[in-house]
Amino acid sequence: MTWPDLSAMDPAQAFWTIAVGALSNASCAVLGCYLVLRRMSLLGDAISHAILPGIVLAFLLTGQTASGPMLLGAVGIGVLTAVVTQTLHVSGNVPEDASMGVVFTSLFALGVVLIALAPSNVDLDLDCVLMGRLEEVLVREPWLGVEVPLKFPSLLAVLAATAAFVTLFWKELKIASFDPALATAMGISAAVVHYLLMGMVAAATVAAFDAVGSVLVIAMLIVPAATAHLLTDRLGWMVGWSVVVAIISAVLGYLGDILFDTGVAGMMAVGAGLQFLLAVLLAPRHGLVSKLWHRLTLSLRIVSEDLVAVLYRFEETTGETQTAGVPWNLCRRIAGGGLTAWLAAPLLWWRGEVRPVSGGRLRLTPRGRQSAQSLVRSHRLWEAFLGEHFQLPLDHLHESAERVEHFIGPKLQQRLASDLHQPGRDPHGKEIPVAKEPE
Amino acid sequence: MIDYNTAVVLAGTSLLGAGAGLIGTFAVLRGRALLGDALGHAALPGVCLAFLMLGRRSLAAMLVGAWLTGVLGILVVAGLRRATRIKEDAAIGIVLSVFFGGGLALSRFIQTQAMQGSQAGLDTYIIGRAAGMLQGDLFWISAAALAALLAVIALFKEFRLVTFDTGFARVQGWPAASLDLLLMGLVSLIVVIGLPAVGAVLVAALLILPAAAARFWTERLGTMLAVAGAFGLVMGAAGTAISATVSRAPTGALIVLVGTCLFGASALFAPRRGAAARWVDHVRFRRRLREQAVWRAVYEATVNEAAVYEGTAPRRPAAPPIEPLRPIDTDELVQRTSYKSAQVQRVLRQAERTGLLTRQFDGRYLPTTAGLDRAARVTRGYRLWERFMSEQPELTGSFARLDVESADEVLSSQVVAELEAGLRALGRLPTVPGKGPSL
Repeated sequence: MTWPDLSAMDPAQAFWTIAVGALSNASCAVLGCYLVLRRMSLLGDAISHAILPGIVLAFLLTGQTASGPMLLGAVGIGVLTAVVTQTLHVSGNVPEDASMGVVFTSLFALGVVLIALAPSNVDLDLDCVLMGRLEEVLVREPWLGVEVPLKFPSLLAVLAATAAFVTLFWKELKIASFDPALATAMGISAAVVHYLLMGMVAAATVAAFDAVGSVLVIAMLIVPAATAHLLTDRLGWMVGWSVVVAIISAVLGYLGDILFDTGVAGMMAVGAGLQFLLAVLLAPRHGLVSKLWHRLTLSLRIVSEDLVAVLYRFEETTGETQTAGVPWNLCRRIAGGGLTAWLAAPLLWWRGEVRPVSGGRLRLTPRGRQSAQSLVRSHRLWEAFLGEHFQLPLDHLHESAERVEHFIGPKLQQRLASDLHQPGRDPHGKEIPVAKEPE
Repeated sequence: MIDYNTAVVLAGTSLLGAGAGLIGTFAVLRGRALLGDALGHAALPGVCLAFLMLGRRSLAAMLVGAWLTGVLGILVVAGLRRATRIKEDAAIGIVLSVFFGGGLALSRFIQTQAMQGSQAGLDTYIIGRAAGMLQGDLFWISAAALAALLAVIALFKEFRLVTFDTGFARVQGWPAASLDLLLMGLVSLIVVIGLPAVGAVLVAALLILPAAAARFWTERLGTMLAVAGAFGLVMGAAGTAISATVSRAPTGALIVLVGTCLFGASALFAPRRGAAARWVDHVRFRRRLREQAVWRAVYEATVNEAAVYEGTAPRRPAAPPIEPLRPIDTDELVQRTSYKSAQVQRVLRQAERTGLLTRQFDGRYLPTTAGLDRAARVTRGYRLWERFMSEQPELTGSFARLDVESADEVLSSQVVAELEAGLRALGRLPTVPGKGPSL
């Protein structure tokens, strides 16, 4: 396989492919946000399958798709799909997912059979149902004085309608998405919002269908919205991000097609999938890496705190602050022995809380002693508190204190101490240290 | 008449349908219907990758590839659900569309690279073409169907437990997770085996349609399995037969459409849960309510309850409460019941035929002793319910059945006695021979 020369691509084709792709993706993505939030992604999937027979019939009758009446018809079919699914589920006692599966596989199969039975001179085959014909953007006609691809005006109209719908019903959609019961109580009919949304989804789907095919429609309804959902917690930002993801998908799809000759539609879905994967890994709050980082820093903090506490207790038992220190191996074992235990000692050294002494041993610095005193103080105060208020046997105190000590700040320390009338010793008879400023 | 090839294909699709029906029953009941859909779509890139690696068609390799990416897809769904905030529906949609998009891109890539025998081979896996089935394929399909059957027979009790109450199964010490996994493994097996015949887009229908249709016919799992298996068999056989006569239509879509017809017929005409049966039930219910309303009106119009309450009338059990009875005309009943005149007359005429009412020369009606008895019983039942609903409004939803003539069948005798006492205190307890108020 040779790498095709990127400079050979036709700028006009590049521009219009990406423009048409971005337009259809964007309207799907915006509506998809509400589907994902309302946990109805698969209803969008079902609708995009279900409109196939309608499209085929209309195509056989009129020879074109995405005309005005067709859009209206599609809205009808979309609402009908939602209604039939709901009816089967509620009054037929069919599980909701199965009723969805029944409706959309049936209608899709009907569409496939209609295509197969169509006269052979009709220019509609399964490939273009699945993948669309984004490659045909070079067939252009003048519109408002500019040469634009055939589908451009209708896609633009649907995007404008979507934007208008979302803007006009922003509040209603938001409330109905997050709290349907509240919406109903406020006099916003959740059912009306639901069916309006389904109608809009169907319209966007039909408009996008011809350009990019059924697979991409499903991908664009769900993937950008889910990606945006990982990136933010605010609805406005989510809608914005989903549009950004949708547009980037269009660019990636086109580049993928140029590089690997794979068709634009499939590659757009893959491009969206890649962005989703990135979001899963790297999203600021909900990404796996950030979650992992938070967990790592937390366990590192706990382990290093445990470590200085161990060194401090050693000093306490030997009674001197200038001891030979504790062997590093022993420290590691006490700290749990894992990866964080390996990292903890260098970290503490870097922070100036411990310093290595001869023979692979560690010793507290004055600064380390101060933080250890604070931690041990928390530990023993908690033990005293438990012993005072819960009448637990002595051997039950340590375990709980070992966990809680890391989460007791100076304020809670003060309150515990004053609640217990500034105790000098814990229930085991050990001295409760006071963290002193290092000299 | 049937040539050898057709017989092979017919046998293959029938077995496939039967196996899918069995496994699909559990999948649908367990709420895994759409996971099968994701599996089917996610299998496509595996087929393409296997082809790319081998450079030629090989059914076994392609099915292994399909199984691998299909299972990967399911794992991604599970992983997304567990590790991120993405809900299951969105996860299914993402996997389904991105994997399928990737598969389409790969198949287009293979096509444009002009590798030998590419086009026709891969199309089969997208939309299915059972006509290409060979004897070797039949062997594998039979093996899979047999495996499904054996697993269902051997593990019937375990599967039933896991399907209906996973938590209980776990508490009882059954390896619920492994059983669930085994079930998912069987689903993936059926999906992969079904790919060449039905295609990635529609293969989920094989699992969903027979099971969802069978659900209408029975409340018992064993019966449901049998019915679903039979439906699957019919679906596969009939779809293939039709496809063999209408040569241009793809088998997969036709199999699905046959399934749709079975489902539609079940949903409409199944004995108890079907729409027709439910409609008949509904009509009967309305008629019973109407009859009861008329009999209540008869009672209230003929019996002077105020006289009974004030003690001016004789209170003798097992005797006509008040004499002489006041004849009633239809208009009065219409007014009292607020039903249409024709509806009331229908009830009255029937009562006349059965000897409960006698029609006087002036067109007015007089209840016979039996008729008065009926009227009193109906009124008593209704008032007991009325009182029950005002006394125990929170139990109304689960107990009250207004079409049951006497509350004694539903409520315990103690509750009935309490309600009767309440009514008697108000003077609203009708005297029913044998059940009348004892003095």
